[in-house]
Amino acid sequence: MKIKRETLYGYLFILPWLMGFIGLVLYPMIQSFYFSLNDMRITPHGLQFVYVGFNNFLNVWLQDMFFIQELLAFAVDTLIRVPVIVVFALIIAMLLNQDVKFKGLFRTIFFLPVIVASGPVISQLVDQGATAIPMLNQDVIMSILNSLFPTWFAGVLSDLFNQIITILWYSGVQILLFLAALQKIDPNLYEAAKIDGGSSWECFWKITLPTIKPLILINLVYTLVSLANSGQNPIIDLIYANMFNATRGYGFASAMAWMYAVIISLMLILIFLLFREKKSKRIN
Amino acid sequence: MPAKSATRVMHVLRNDQLASKQKLRLMRLKAHHFLFGFNERKGLFLTFIIYLLLLGIGFVYLYPILYMFITSIKSLNDLLDMAINWIPSSVYLDNYRQAYTVLNLRPALLGSMQIALFPTLLQVAISSIVGYGFARFSFPFKKLWFGLMIFSFIIPPQILMMPTYRLFSDLGLTGSLSAFTIPALLGQGLNSTIFILIFYQFFKQTPKSLYEAAEVDGANQLVSFFKIAVPMAVPAFIVAFLFSFVWYWNETYLTTLYLTSSSTDITTILIQLQQFESNYETLYPVAEAGPNRINEGIKMAGTVISILPLLIIYFFLQRYFVESVDNTGITGE
Repeated sequence: MKIKRETLYGYLFILPWLMGFIGLVLYPMIQSFYFSLNDMRITPHGLQFVYVGFNNFLNVWLQDMFFIQELLAFAVDTLIRVPVIVVFALIIAMLLNQDVKFKGLFRTIFFLPVIVASGPVISQLVDQGATAIPMLNQDVIMSILNSLFPTWFAGVLSDLFNQIITILWYSGVQILLFLAALQKIDPNLYEAAKIDGGSSWECFWKITLPTIKPLILINLVYTLVSLANSGQNPIIDLIYANMFNATRGYGFASAMAWMYAVIISLMLILIFLLFREKKSKRIN
Repeated sequence: MPAKSATRVMHVLRNDQLASKQKLRLMRLKAHHFLFGFNERKGLFLTFIIYLLLLGIGFVYLYPILYMFITSIKSLNDLLDMAINWIPSSVYLDNYRQAYTVLNLRPALLGSMQIALFPTLLQVAISSIVGYGFARFSFPFKKLWFGLMIFSFIIPPQILMMPTYRLFSDLGLTGSLSAFTIPALLGQGLNSTIFILIFYQFFKQTPKSLYEAAEVDGANQLVSFFKIAVPMAVPAFIVAFLFSFVWYWNETYLTTLYLTSSSTDITTILIQLQQFESNYETLYPVAEAGPNRINEGIKMAGTVISILPLLIIYFFLQRYFVESVDNTGITGE
């Protein structure tokens, strides 16, 4: 059988990635799963594997007292942060897409976080209290929130206020993506809508939002993945600590990483289910 | 514009043929248009809100940087003085001198440059090749590979971390630059998927007829990649380079894993920043109630130093960065 030339060239061009995928993604994944089924000890004679089945997975849930606690904290935090970041990013992108004076200057400032935001820098800033807005009187806000909402929700909201700068700082890439999408919307669409008497508000819901809907999904996924994989995440510290822990070791840490991966995947599936394109409703 | 409106308003008011009720109605309509806009023109109200939000959010972004900079030039007395908030009594540069030594700046800067630059160059080159392959050719299992590429971005790196770490230490790569360049060379660098997607999107947009014309003229695939595709994709290359450089520069997770856990001379500015306090204490042992305590000013000076190179690069290349939004197919459709 003669291989088509196009096939040959296609594989030639993606060959580096293909090798990388097999060597640095697929193989480590299989290995990691194998680790998680074993009790691994570093002995003077090298690594020792003792097959323990799914015990490691059970132990992650039953023995580690921090894991569930951190996981719950992470889940609540993420469920609040992801939508807030994406909504903020959309608002900012729409503002930047307006015809305003000093557009270039504003864009330069707004893309700063993409450049500057990194783990140690942000944690230094948070330590110094540079990320809380000093003008807002915290006590007044707290008391207002407490009178309006149940205590746990008020706590969540005031947390949000405290982290507002950090949250904004995590939204650099998302703003970029939204802005690029907004600029691709045909201005004629808006013109036609305006002639038919549509207000800006209607235009937003009927034109802007449906057009950038795929980008919302991408941004949600990106935000979740970047939050989940950031070095500031306590669960990752926990996995890292267990990896070099004498009594637990690689096997336990692998099991924990897999459980974490399952939780993240569940969240991703949730996002996909909420935002998937409903085929029947589409006109085109 | 206001002067013109004013004369129009006067015109309406002086018009004797209109009843006062009509005048009032017209005035109200004009005021409404002025405040809330009409058709294409935005009203004063909306413009005001847009600028208010832009300035407010802009301030939120600038505030930590301003705060960081101001704190870094405060002396200890200024820091303790509650009355001094934004304008220090004098520019105190000693913080920077101390931060310079604590950060171990010269080797750290060199290390950061190496770790950001070399993998970035490889990553951008490989991503463009792979992106071209996906965009230009159709071959069996293409959809599968494409899906797996996106999948490799989504799986948490923690799963791969331990086996990869073991693999690298078996191969003797940990503690060296190769731990970063080899994954980049194999298209598995930091966020490689995003770069491949950018190039994929870009090459998809170039008209097929160009390549066909080149083929008719006898160019083979490699020639048409380097002579046609690459020169047309310059904006995409700049964006990919910038992003990749910044991401590698800001990476602490992998650098900590590969560089601190094994004996090596390579260190980066951000690793040094993470260990800032402990480094400071070994350099300047704390005498009881002595003057050598670490203070905010010194920490902030360290932070300023660590982001300064990126700020300088951004300052020079920001035009491309900001414009990139307009002309790269950065969004996958």
